[in-house]
Amino acid sequence: MSAFIQYTLQGLAAGGFYALSALGLAVIFGVLGVVNFSHGACYMLGAVISAVLLAELGIGFWAALVVVPIVMFGFGVLMERLFVRWLLALDPLYNFLLTFGLTLIIVEAVKQRYGVSGLPYEIPAGLGGQVTVGSVNLSVYAIFACVFSVVVCLAVGLLMTRTRIGMIVRASTENADRTRAFGINVTRWVTPVFGFGIALAGLAGVLAAPTRAITAEMGSNFIIILFAVVVIGGLGSILGAVVAGFLVGLVEAYGVAYAPAYAQIVIFVLMAAVILVRPSGLFGREEVA
Amino acid sequence: MRSRTNTGVSAVAIAATASLALAACGGAGGPQASSSGGLTDDKIVIGLLNDQSGVYKDLSGPNSKVAIELAIADYKAKHGDKAVAKNIEVVATDHQNKADVANSKAQEMYDRQKADIILDVPNSAAALAVATQAKNKKKLYINIGAGTTALTGASCNKYTFHWAYNTAVLARGTAGTITKEGGKKWNIVYPDYAFGQDMNKSFTAEIEKAGGTVGQSIASPFPSDNFATFITKAGEGDPDVVGSMHAGGDLINFVKQFNQSPLKGQVELAVGLMFITDIHSLGVDQFAGTQFTDAWYWNFDEQNKKWADRFTEKTNTRPSFAHAANYSAAMNYLEAVQEAGTDDADAVVAKLEGKKINDVFLRNGEIRKGDHAVTHDVYLAKVKSSAPEEWDYEEIVKTIPAAEGYGEANPACNLG
Repeated sequence: MSAFIQYTLQGLAAGGFYALSALGLAVIFGVLGVVNFSHGACYMLGAVISAVLLAELGIGFWAALVVVPIVMFGFGVLMERLFVRWLLALDPLYNFLLTFGLTLIIVEAVKQRYGVSGLPYEIPAGLGGQVTVGSVNLSVYAIFACVFSVVVCLAVGLLMTRTRIGMIVRASTENADRTRAFGINVTRWVTPVFGFGIALAGLAGVLAAPTRAITAEMGSNFIIILFAVVVIGGLGSILGAVVAGFLVGLVEAYGVAYAPAYAQIVIFVLMAAVILVRPSGLFGREEVA
Repeated sequence: MRSRTNTGVSAVAIAATASLALAACGGAGGPQASSSGGLTDDKIVIGLLNDQSGVYKDLSGPNSKVAIELAIADYKAKHGDKAVAKNIEVVATDHQNKADVANSKAQEMYDRQKADIILDVPNSAAALAVATQAKNKKKLYINIGAGTTALTGASCNKYTFHWAYNTAVLARGTAGTITKEGGKKWNIVYPDYAFGQDMNKSFTAEIEKAGGTVGQSIASPFPSDNFATFITKAGEGDPDVVGSMHAGGDLINFVKQFNQSPLKGQVELAVGLMFITDIHSLGVDQFAGTQFTDAWYWNFDEQNKKWADRFTEKTNTRPSFAHAANYSAAMNYLEAVQEAGTDDADAVVAKLEGKKINDVFLRNGEIRKGDHAVTHDVYLAKVKSSAPEEWDYEEIVKTIPAAEGYGEANPACNLG
């Protein structure tokens, strides 16, 4: 039984992390309708920038939690201004292919500059070690990452549903013309929202740095799981991304524990099952077109 | 909104299809007539075929070309006007860690670029593909980067040599030694592909031979970045040692997460295959105390250090064992050409077979006639707890004599 509790806790810890990572993807899709394939690369950039900040400027983990999202916000704004916006009016597939291409460029550029075998990063002081309750234990850092992720997810959820900014952003996506008629400059909001989504990917990267291998390829496999998360949760749904993040974390942990060889397949079986029963995902809106 | 959602879903499907298609896409190159014969084209071409851009780039990659160029310089300096090969060229090609790409690139190197020899080829599947080409074209091939024992076993051939290490050597060195020293109860986690499965088998056999037991062998998907639950499972049953058979990014993920688990300090961590570049990327303190088998270490003695300094001057980084082995293989190939007075593959093979070598890479080395494994002393290394200087990460605990590390010639090999 204690083993089961242990697996559950590990699943939840991983789930919180998946939730945060998928959140930016959900926000960008929900508002712009862009399936951002470069999310994994931006996640990787977040981790790489943290490592570089530490190695070259001595900027540690706590500062990186603030600095990196700001840098990535700027990066996202540039991406949107220079590339993404020109394709918004076209089929979403165009932006998908664009971000796929950008991913290849970003990954290769990082490989050229920092090599392929990865960058070192330490666990920040105070977050090392384990918490043990009875026979169950969990690393302090895993708990921190999970709680931090949930707090950020909640904050973003509140921002989108309870504030005026959130209201404008949502209205702009629901019906841009009608929102304009109310005297709101819709296009003004598109750029910051994209930047915000990219900043969230960067934030997830900072959180990953102390516990994952920081390599140019770290996002390539990860993005596939993130797509599974947002598809299960419902593309564009923030609540969906969070719930599905935890669901996938748990399913993966139980898979590893009881059928290790199938651990990753289970996630995609779950995805297939969800799509069969609810094509728009668990929390996707099924509106009448 | 609905239509957008649906488009998004289909976009995901397209992405998956696209990436599969990309992964399956390999270069094509048709077979061409081969040519051979003694310095006919008045030129020796050494083909370096390895990973120039992916996960194995740092541990061998483009810097192996530098190592080979050092060998060429040394050969020329040694023989001067008497050198049989006056004009020597190195061509480097990326095999992208794909067997089909390696296969067609090897053909291209032998046929179009007139390579007399292909060197390196990490990644076992790619390595075996090139061995088949070497056999068909009757041209030399010295593998360095790959671990599979099949190169000197079922897939061995007259023109293929295996220079630096193999999975059986790693198992004898690491599993054998640690088990004999008291680490009797093992749990193993291995990545679920050819290399990982091979390592798991070799390690299990050696542990049992040394009087130990393997409680669990757990397969992990490849690649993977969340090992927390695998590590918990590996800690069950109160083992003395947890063995990780991962390589590259997977290994770094595993070790980082192992260090954050309660097993750290309670259970010994043994690593199947590790390169100095792995330690460099994760930081020496993360690996501190980890034991593994190394084929060569740059700071082992003065001779190694002197060569490493030359290498560092050109690359700004310290050499891995693969770099040193590429140097050694190129040098000994050129020496064999010198002795044979020709670059005819059969004549060069005859000079190489059975040769006993002591050089900067090989100590008590011998090119075994029976299976073309190049046997030499290997080392049980322990990662230092702090680095006295950058790249000085390893303490050599024990020299494993060639005979002990390599055992007998592989009976599965028939050189024909």
